[in-house]
Amino acid sequence: MKLRRSLRIIYFVLFITSALIQTRTALAQQPTPSDDEVNRIAHQLYCPVCANTPLDVCPTEACRQWRDLIRQQLSQGWTESQIKQYFVVQYGVRVLAEPPRTGLNWLVYVLPPLIILAGAILLLRAMKMWTKPAAAITNSTSTSGDDKPSTNEASKDDYVIRLEEELKKRK
Amino acid sequence: MLAEFGYGILVVAFLVALYSVGAAVYGDRTKSAGVVESARRAMLLIWPLITLSAATLIYLLITNHFEVSFVYSVTSREMPTYLKITAWWGGQAGSLVFWSWLMSAFASLVTLRKWDRDREFLPWVIVVTSLTTAFFLGLVVFYENPFARYWQTLDGQVLTSMFAPLNTIPLIPADGLGLNPLLRHPGMIIHPPMLYLGFVSFVIPFSFAIAALITGRTDDRWIRITRRWTLWAWLFLSFGLVLGSRWAYDVLGWGGFWGWDPVEIAALMPWLTGTAFLHSVMIQEKRGLLKQWNMILIILTYALVIFGTFLTRSGVLSSVHAFAQSAIGPAFFVFIVVTFASSIGLVIYRWPQLRGETELKSLLSREALFLLNNLLFISVLVVCFWGVIFPLISQLITGQTVTVGPPFYDRATAPLFATLMLLMGVAPLSAWGHSTVKTLGRALWKSALAALLIAVILFFTYTKNAIALVGFFLVALVLLVTIQEFWRGAIGRMKAQDENFFTALWTLISRNRRRYGGYIIHMSMMLMAVGILGINIFQTQTQGTLPVNGSLKLGNYTVQYESIAQFNGPDNRQVTRAVVGVYDQNGNYLGELHPRIDYYPDAQQNMTIPGERSSMQDDLYVLLVDWQPATANGATFKIFVNPLINWLWIGAFVFLFGILVAAWPDRELEYVRERSHRVEQTSAAD
Repeated sequence: MKLRRSLRIIYFVLFITSALIQTRTALAQQPTPSDDEVNRIAHQLYCPVCANTPLDVCPTEACRQWRDLIRQQLSQGWTESQIKQYFVVQYGVRVLAEPPRTGLNWLVYVLPPLIILAGAILLLRAMKMWTKPAAAITNSTSTSGDDKPSTNEASKDDYVIRLEEELKKRK
Repeated sequence: MLAEFGYGILVVAFLVALYSVGAAVYGDRTKSAGVVESARRAMLLIWPLITLSAATLIYLLITNHFEVSFVYSVTSREMPTYLKITAWWGGQAGSLVFWSWLMSAFASLVTLRKWDRDREFLPWVIVVTSLTTAFFLGLVVFYENPFARYWQTLDGQVLTSMFAPLNTIPLIPADGLGLNPLLRHPGMIIHPPMLYLGFVSFVIPFSFAIAALITGRTDDRWIRITRRWTLWAWLFLSFGLVLGSRWAYDVLGWGGFWGWDPVEIAALMPWLTGTAFLHSVMIQEKRGLLKQWNMILIILTYALVIFGTFLTRSGVLSSVHAFAQSAIGPAFFVFIVVTFASSIGLVIYRWPQLRGETELKSLLSREALFLLNNLLFISVLVVCFWGVIFPLISQLITGQTVTVGPPFYDRATAPLFATLMLLMGVAPLSAWGHSTVKTLGRALWKSALAALLIAVILFFTYTKNAIALVGFFLVALVLLVTIQEFWRGAIGRMKAQDENFFTALWTLISRNRRRYGGYIIHMSMMLMAVGILGINIFQTQTQGTLPVNGSLKLGNYTVQYESIAQFNGPDNRQVTRAVVGVYDQNGNYLGELHPRIDYYPDAQQNMTIPGERSSMQDDLYVLLVDWQPATANGATFKIFVNPLINWLWIGAFVFLFGILVAAWPDRELEYVRERSHRVEQTSAAD
């Protein structure tokens, strides 16, 4: 029983290994990757030497060679993440379109939402502070004489009157 | 001799600017109107002086004086005259002179206005504008002299200096390097002046704000004086941004118009605060609220104007080390810190006087929604600012260079822009003072329902992309609400005044240009949003190497490579131009395009110019990526289909129209002002 089980495990491992080797061989033998396949990856990388230029559109000779390198790597069966990792190892994280989410780089992602949230809270508090109590609101009327939305004929007339008043003021 | 003359004039202009600052302060402190007038006249002298110096520089550019290092670096013999003139702002030193020239022109214009009612502002407006001009002139005089010349030592070393160093002889290169080919596009010729105009005109409202803070006259007078200046500043800055986008689309050869490049963001940031300011000042005018906030916004705008120039001029973007090595970088940094800190200090000093005159009555009132609008603009600013400076911080602290690219900005700003669009739909329906959910809901529901219906139709006929559908819903909502506002106003007038519809609409708009100009701007923004949604969500592309008569298919288009030719173009460029035929999905011939590569030997640089076929539906954008005559493969083409992109450019024209409507001088108003002024004078005389 134990032997049969061990054999099953060995067969399974052999099957997986052979499948992986076959896949690898098939990938290695695939035809030259198309320009679109190369550009799809190059678009996610930035030129290591030019400032803020994605690799797929960079016109320099160096970038042309890097795109050829990507084509070569793809034809050898490299995956997208392996290619990106290769460029990071060779030229640093600047080749990525965004900083990797590690260490100090977290700040780039965390700080803006925190500041915006703080701003929103501050604004809400300020608005509440500036707002009259609810009871006062019901009794108050608009002092500006501007365009309050209308819902019925009466308020439509009211709108026209206010509009006219406002236009007269500018005469 | 000419170079010395041009430089000498700049030095005089710098000294006059400093005198103007000193005299204005002294005149105000001693209450001496004569000294203030002297400061004003000194200030008026700056512009003619810089004009004279600039004319000298342009003459040197046109007449190939390559012994002047600036001329050598931005022109060549082959360049046409108009490009030699525009090379003035094509390099660092010249662009700083250009900045100073525009600044002094605006400062002169503002001091030529009638000051009778605002005499106390005058000295401080002079101080701010002259100080800003003096700063830029100082950069030119001490660090980035456009008149510096080449000198050769006896051992062959080349030096750059204004005056001959010891044991040197003048060096006159036979030809110059020529203007950067990227800057030879018509869009790029107009784009920098537009941006600079936007930048310098925002200095005017800032100077009045500072004058209001210093004099303690903190009512909304400074806002009323500068309302039109602000609108024009916003117009120039907006058009600078649009022209820059068009230039990127036509010249950079990557099929897009906006890449979230730090230089682009540097120009966008003051636009964001400027837009928030434009909305926010209305609350102060209408309701007497937000005085403190408006001061902060205009100070931020000014700081970002200088910061934007600093980013693009100091070398800090390429590396913090370049910044440290740059002579003008630290000077800019100190100027920004000092002006920002002192301005904020003044706001704190006047804080109690800047309290609101009334209270906010409802969280759904128009002023409350404008506040939310301000929060959103500032939020976009926070994202942009942090995205631009984070690589510098990372480099400084960890030594690691990182890129903060479009994925970050797209993700962070898309929800903020969507909320802004929603606000554009809701805010025009809310009232100053007080609105409730009920009143807003009643005013909004018809437009919202119609917009929803449009989104549903688009779902079945155009796209199933959720983000696009939300975007199109918001666009439809804003357009419908805005059209409804025009309709409601015109119908109201028709009934009340017995006018026909068009007369009623015309009178409505002409009597309240600011509001209806604003609504036109809202509509233009929505047209632009259609273009932005189209290219960002639906853009498709493909690339392939084709033999002659080979074809590439993308979407509804088939592009067939027909021929290629090489020839020398004007401006000494070597042109490689392909001819490609374009066919629709049924094989019908639509015409031919000519994508090309221009090689500039003087700059040793290629320019990839696309062939474009534009329609309201999309742009077919073909790039000649590569051509290898030695191989049989033919040429490599990259093709983009950019759906709806032309709505962006149409929106830009509508936007221009909207601003002109809002900012055009009001004859009736001017007449009333003049009349009241005359009455005041007569009564004073009596």
